[in-house]
Amino acid sequence: MSKNNILLSINKLSVSIDDKPILRDLSLQVAAGEVHAIMGPNGSGKSTLAQVLAGREGYEVSGEVSYLGEDLLDLSPEERAWRGLFLAFQYPVEIPGVNNVYLLKAALNAQRKYRGEAPLDAFEFLTVIQEKMKLMQIDESFLNRSVNAGFSGCEKKRNEILQMVVLEPRLAVLDETDSGLDIDAMKIVANGVNTMRDPERAIVLVTHYQRLLDYIKPDKVHVLADGQIVRSGGPELALKLEEKGYDWLRQEAVSA
Amino acid sequence: MSKQNQELEKFVGGQYKHGFVTDIQSDTIPPGLDESVVRLVSKKKKEPEFMLDWRLQAFAHWQTMETPVWAHVHYPPIDFQEISYFSAPKTPDDAPRSLDEVDPKLLETYDKLGIPLHERARLAGVAVDAVFDSVSVATTFKAKLAESGVIFCPFSEAVREHPALLEQYLGSVVPYADNFYACLNSTVFTDGSFVFIPKGVRCPMELSTYFRINEAKTGQFERTLIIAEEGSHVSYLEGCTAPMRDENQLHAAVVELIALDDARIKYATVQNWYPGDAEGRGGIYNFVTKRGDCRGDNSHISWTQVETGSAITWKYPSCILRGDHSVGEFYSVAVTNNLQQADTGTKMIHIGKNTKSTIISKGISAGRASTAYRGLVKVLTGATGARNFTQCDSLLMGDRCAAHTFPYIEVKEPDAQIEHEATTSKIGEDELFYCRQRGIEEEDAVNMIVNGFCKEVFKELPMEFAVEAQNLLAVSLEGAVG
Ligand SMILES: Nc1ncnc2c1ncn2[C@@H]1O[C@H](COP(=O)(O)OP(=O)(O)OP(=O)(O)O)[C@@H](O)[C@H]1O
Ligand SMILES: [Mg+2]
Repeated sequence: MSKNNILLSINKLSVSIDDKPILRDLSLQVAAGEVHAIMGPNGSGKSTLAQVLAGREGYEVSGEVSYLGEDLLDLSPEERAWRGLFLAFQYPVEIPGVNNVYLLKAALNAQRKYRGEAPLDAFEFLTVIQEKMKLMQIDESFLNRSVNAGFSGCEKKRNEILQMVVLEPRLAVLDETDSGLDIDAMKIVANGVNTMRDPERAIVLVTHYQRLLDYIKPDKVHVLADGQIVRSGGPELALKLEEKGYDWLRQEAVSA
Repeated sequence: MSKQNQELEKFVGGQYKHGFVTDIQSDTIPPGLDESVVRLVSKKKKEPEFMLDWRLQAFAHWQTMETPVWAHVHYPPIDFQEISYFSAPKTPDDAPRSLDEVDPKLLETYDKLGIPLHERARLAGVAVDAVFDSVSVATTFKAKLAESGVIFCPFSEAVREHPALLEQYLGSVVPYADNFYACLNSTVFTDGSFVFIPKGVRCPMELSTYFRINEAKTGQFERTLIIAEEGSHVSYLEGCTAPMRDENQLHAAVVELIALDDARIKYATVQNWYPGDAEGRGGIYNFVTKRGDCRGDNSHISWTQVETGSAITWKYPSCILRGDHSVGEFYSVAVTNNLQQADTGTKMIHIGKNTKSTIISKGISAGRASTAYRGLVKVLTGATGARNFTQCDSLLMGDRCAAHTFPYIEVKEPDAQIEHEATTSKIGEDELFYCRQRGIEEEDAVNMIVNGFCKEVFKELPMEFAVEAQNLLAVSLEGAVG
């Protein structure tokens, strides 16, 4: 991948909450067309990274993040979304009384507005979404249910991916979208993600399981531990982690 | 206070949009209340003898009553001698007969409120009986309604022209001795609406009244009476908004609904009175007695209310389920912000056999406001087969507001089925962030979440008013964002 094609560039990002450091001097470059996997033990800061990228407030943040040539940290969450940044949440929230389809249409039209495109009317939107639902093997009754309310864990995750394929982001960050899925559901989710692969797009997958990477082949794998990327490599790194666990890295760090 | 809550405070710190005062000259009688004032009010309205007698009886009773004290609302004592009990806009020749005769200033006022009267009336096929302060000044579509035998007119006109109906029904649901404020209203009520739907008639259009309080220090004492004869149907909407004011203004309305056999009344209120400034100064005191009597078998009364205004609201639209198989419903959204206090709820009194009631209450509190829901479900001896379903949900915005729920249940028949569900949730950072991450702007996200919360109630409103209600909520909860 050419260096000119960098979509996301994180430079010495440090994040803390109430003076408790969570990420320390983290640097990462993601080029268009790439898929990166981020792995790491519980509590190492993976979700924090994802949330900070999406613009969640309440963190003390220092360092630089540039996205499509802009200072990402300067933008509000919605401004980031309009520029094609998408986060699939580790824990998608329930919003009672708000239709899934209503939220999704509002979201898509907000982004279209930013791009200077006319909003889709109900009919046009339905055409778009029906095709995507087929891809995600989601039943149409889904649309008229309230956002995530009463959804099973698996349904919530699939709903996140449905939103992603409808919104067609430039940079998608998927925070443990595979957790809690059975093997069939995981294949469907992986299929959704794979259809998104495109030379213009980048995908960052946060996962605990090498299994997902059998279906979505990453270009790079990073290990996040104690708020830092302690190791980066190709897909083989994930296999090694599967075999040896994180302790192997820790020991290596000690002996080094 | 956390960052999130500061954000929420910004939202809910929205300015009241309808705060302005028109300078129409008023014919106002000096403040104070004694028998001569009661006589004067009656005389100014050219009322028949029976009406004056009724007012005087009410006044005599009112003097024996004590101002009520309620647990969950707090306000300084009201000096009833400080209030002027009559105020009418001065127009050249008594009341105008058509819109053309209406003071243009007044029409302008409606315009500012976003109520283009004739437009709305023409487009939506709505008959509007506009109440400006105490005297009704415009009535439309009367002719069309008259064709089907429907009477929809200002209360004072009904007193003069339909005295027999008044004598039969007035006070038959809310007797003057019912409570302190109902009694005060019975003494000095000035105007309101009267609706009569004859046997078998389905009212050909939505009936709607816009209320507006304009005169400083003028207590407002509206009186509404709706009678639906056997097999008739009517849907009525009441909406109001008030100009910004410096002093607290008292409003004590009485609404009586009567549904005979197989009749159906839907009564919806969208209420947007000035709630006072951020310190709670200058808002409206709203003490209302609303009661529906399902007098006939298979009768059906439903109350829907969207309350965003007032400094203090005390209000319990209730249903007396007297007829067998009668149905009572209560759908409510109450929003309180800043220092607003709302104590609302409903009473469902099951008397007939196989009666059914439904209560859906949604309370939204923001700022330092508090909302209390108080619901009474009473099943009397002989009311076999009674059923009630109650659902009370509270949504808190920020961490300085409060919500209280007080369900009271009294059951005298063992086969009654009573269900009660209650939830309290916080509009959180998580939901907002989720929506914003999808590209929805903060303010829109708040509206979306709040409207979602209120959905079950909004769907009970007529379509065009549902939209209005959503806008109202947006205005009540909006702030200087961005
Ligand atoms: N809002 C918060 N307040 C205090 N501590 C927090 C907060 N959010 C995260 N943390 C802490 O930061 C650390 C990193 O959390 P994070 O959720 O980013 O980990 P993670 O790598 O995603 O873990 P998991 O694999 O379990 O999802 C944890 O110690 C967590 O307790
Ligand atoms: Mg996580």
